[in-house]
Amino acid sequence: MSETVRTAGAPRTARAPRTTKAPRTARPPRSPMAPPRAFLWTRRIFLTLLAGFVLVPVYVMVSSSLKPLADVTGTFHWLPSELTIRPYIDIWSTVPLAKYFVNSLIVAGAATVCSVVIAVFSAYAVSRYSFRGKRVFTVTVLSTQMFPGILFLLPLFLLYVNIGNATGIALFGSRGGLILTYLTFSLPFSIWMLIGYFDSVPRDLDEAALVDGCGPLGALFRVVVPAAIPGIVAVAVYAFMTAWGEVLFASVMTNDTTRTLAVGLQGYSTQYDVYWNQIMAASLVVSVPVVAGFLLLQRYLVAGLTAGAVK
Amino acid sequence: MTTTAPAREPAVRKDPPGAARGPRRRPGRLRRVTLPYLLLLPALILELLVHLVPMVIGVVMSFKELTQFYIRDWGTAPWSGLDNYKVSVDFDAPVGEALLHSFLVTVVFTLLSVALCWLIGTAAALCMQDTFRGRGLLRALFLVPYALPVYAAVITWVFMFQHDNGLVNHVLHDQLHLTEGRSFWLIGDNSFFALLTVSVWKGWPFAFLIVMAGLQNIPKELYEAAALDGAGMWQRVRRITLPSLRPVNQVLVLVLFLWTFNDFNTPFVLFGRGAPRAADLISVHIYEASFVTWNFGTGSAMSVLLLLFLLVVTGVYLALTSRERTGRRARTGPRRTEERADV
Repeated sequence: MSETVRTAGAPRTARAPRTTKAPRTARPPRSPMAPPRAFLWTRRIFLTLLAGFVLVPVYVMVSSSLKPLADVTGTFHWLPSELTIRPYIDIWSTVPLAKYFVNSLIVAGAATVCSVVIAVFSAYAVSRYSFRGKRVFTVTVLSTQMFPGILFLLPLFLLYVNIGNATGIALFGSRGGLILTYLTFSLPFSIWMLIGYFDSVPRDLDEAALVDGCGPLGALFRVVVPAAIPGIVAVAVYAFMTAWGEVLFASVMTNDTTRTLAVGLQGYSTQYDVYWNQIMAASLVVSVPVVAGFLLLQRYLVAGLTAGAVK
Repeated sequence: MTTTAPAREPAVRKDPPGAARGPRRRPGRLRRVTLPYLLLLPALILELLVHLVPMVIGVVMSFKELTQFYIRDWGTAPWSGLDNYKVSVDFDAPVGEALLHSFLVTVVFTLLSVALCWLIGTAAALCMQDTFRGRGLLRALFLVPYALPVYAAVITWVFMFQHDNGLVNHVLHDQLHLTEGRSFWLIGDNSFFALLTVSVWKGWPFAFLIVMAGLQNIPKELYEAAALDGAGMWQRVRRITLPSLRPVNQVLVLVLFLWTFNDFNTPFVLFGRGAPRAADLISVHIYEASFVTWNFGTGSAMSVLLLLFLLVVTGVYLALTSRERTGRRARTGPRRTEERADV
């Protein structure tokens, strides 16, 4: 703790070589920013354990998806007795996975696009204009985050049925109803994050655009939105993940033709058999698009959070 | 939305908002007044449709005797006054007792889960604050549980917790010989720990993500100045990092709390219908109470009680933290953190 040596101006990254086994006094002077050795070891152990904790289910998912059925019904073994890609072929015929996949893509994609566009408008209004009821709006929108989903599950279901009866617009059981529901789930967080992000875009920029004759929407789309792309990407990632992973409303509000993956995946366990290898394969297949997209775009998410939400 | 953008004289734009000085500016002022509302309109309509109106309907339903006989035309269900609430909070009767038990389980579960998520997330973010080899890879890896769709991740845990062919029993019993026999994880008392494990596994990366983003807003000079003044690593964490993260943490803890408390997906996928008593979280409990007994009036009353509880907790939390924040700002001012860094 107190072994910091005053070597002003030493670059942050300069660190005593970690591998030297020489006694402490023989080491070159350490930068004041260099963490103590004990910390380095604690860190290594902690991060390794944490990585193990995170990775074990991922490993189980991947390895079990390559096992024959006999392997996953008997005692668990770390290594497959033989590798097979059979589960990856069977998943498409055991349940109509492709149909669920398309449904999920349509629902999550549409919900994401709508949610982002609406959040951009709202955040722009809150960030750039002062108007009556601004605080009420932000507080109301944010407070919907705390509603337990169960509270409005049944009323929403009844509301959709009634709207359908009154106007002929089929919301219940349709993809449209699910899109509408999901986009409001991500909306509060999206608006909140984009407000922070838009606030960090200098006002002079859009004022300049306004002076140059852009309308307010022109300023929004030509200046503010391009400057806020990381935040918008982050919001889109969040919205897509929310819609892709939701279970409760999907299980109540879909029928056979509009079923999404969240519900469809339960079809692999019948009364008598649970095809664990196929479940794992299907889980992997439905996870790949979101995980890949998320990992590719996570830099934006961190940047967006840094500039927006956590300010 | 597109109808609101006719070309306007640039000169008007330079005025600060609300500074109308001549009659010429009237249309601009009108636009300026209505435009924000037009921009908010889509969000408002949707929030009304999906959240606020159903919530009001839910409150109305909680005062009705809404059993399966009336579900087709719920408006005709007879009013029942406070009966649904009385049933819900009658802790001597089975319904109320089960609700109270479920509520207590949820409180304990939420506190443990939020604490662990925050602790692990913050520790990991602090550990990965300065660069080392493999940091980017590790960061991506840590975010995987957060990125995985809930059902895919939780179903994998269900497989791992299986009695005969699961990994957990294989490791604990066959390999480490820690348990007498193979344990049941998804029924009985163990289910609480199974649920907690899955919840923390899935939740801590969010805390990690937010804290990591928060750390990037702390100026490096603060650390360097403190280090030059002889502050050790632990002191830097205590005197700079944690105080600077306080606003972030205030929001993070609240969000984690609300999400965990209301979480439906994890227990529902983990246990299916009929969660074990030890892990009977309130969301699933209300779902069961509504859909298994088809008594939606009582289910709604329970939901309203839950919402009231969350409102009170959130209100108290916000009042406490914001008072603390304004108090601190009044005392030191936002720029003074640098001085406090001189330890």
